[in-house]
Amino acid sequence: MATVPSPGSAAGHRLVVTLPSDREIEMTRVFDAPRQLVFEAHTSVEHMRHWWGPRGFTMVSGAMDFRPGGAWRFVLRKPGGQEYAFRGEFREIVPPERIVWTFEFEGAPGEVAVETLTLVERDGRTTLTTRSVASSREARDAVLRSGMEQGAGETWDRLEEYVGRPR
Amino acid sequence: MVTSTRRLDAVYAALADHTRRAILARLAAGESTVGALAAPFAISRPAISKHLRVLEGAGLVRRTRAGRVSRCRLDARPLAGAAGWLERYRRHWEQRFDRLESYLRELQEEEKPHGHRS
Repeated sequence: MATVPSPGSAAGHRLVVTLPSDREIEMTRVFDAPRQLVFEAHTSVEHMRHWWGPRGFTMVSGAMDFRPGGAWRFVLRKPGGQEYAFRGEFREIVPPERIVWTFEFEGAPGEVAVETLTLVERDGRTTLTTRSVASSREARDAVLRSGMEQGAGETWDRLEEYVGRPR
Repeated sequence: MVTSTRRLDAVYAALADHTRRAILARLAAGESTVGALAAPFAISRPAISKHLRVLEGAGLVRRTRAGRVSRCRLDARPLAGAAGWLERYRRHWEQRFDRLESYLRELQEEEKPHGHRS
């Protein structure tokens, strides 16, 4: 089996993805950081621009009004130059444990997902869970596909190798 | 790429219906005639045939005909591709979360010179 090394998997912090219902995607991962810090990394563009988006993408513009009802919008640029814009609004903010926000890819306007981020700290480590509820099953499946397509790049071939192994 | 994406669409669409999932579960226990397959379901024979055509279209069911008897069997190979689809999504997001992890590490490194070591 081919392996795809990543700092996360090396530390044993594997991302777990589940589909709790036809419209949902849930992701869970543990971070070696206190909850307060993980929360803070989500509270401003200054933080988000360092990590939000696929590897190699840069945030060329970002705005977020971090309060309930406040809007956010990020524009990411792919290494090839193509840009992708995302927007939404914050619905609920409970520091340092919970953020509920809406998420819309401007390339698929009208498909608004509601995402709930939950942070739980234990022994200095933080378990991050995001549960995203799409407007329909079709929209959810389109999101699953887009993740796959965005993920294409240098890891694509290795993933092919991994996924395509005989079983 | 396009072809494989379309095939996965067909697999996911086929799996989205609970009657079709029940048919697949039944075929996982062994091949069956269309008649025996339809028996437990409270829907018409044409409705079952329609579900079978969807499953065939997704490559999940193979049908063979011997005289007037049509037999079905499961072909699970496309399911591996469907599982692979989710795995790719997972890998994609794992990389995104790796970025967050690296950034959190940087933030913690920055804090250390000013405070005590943990």
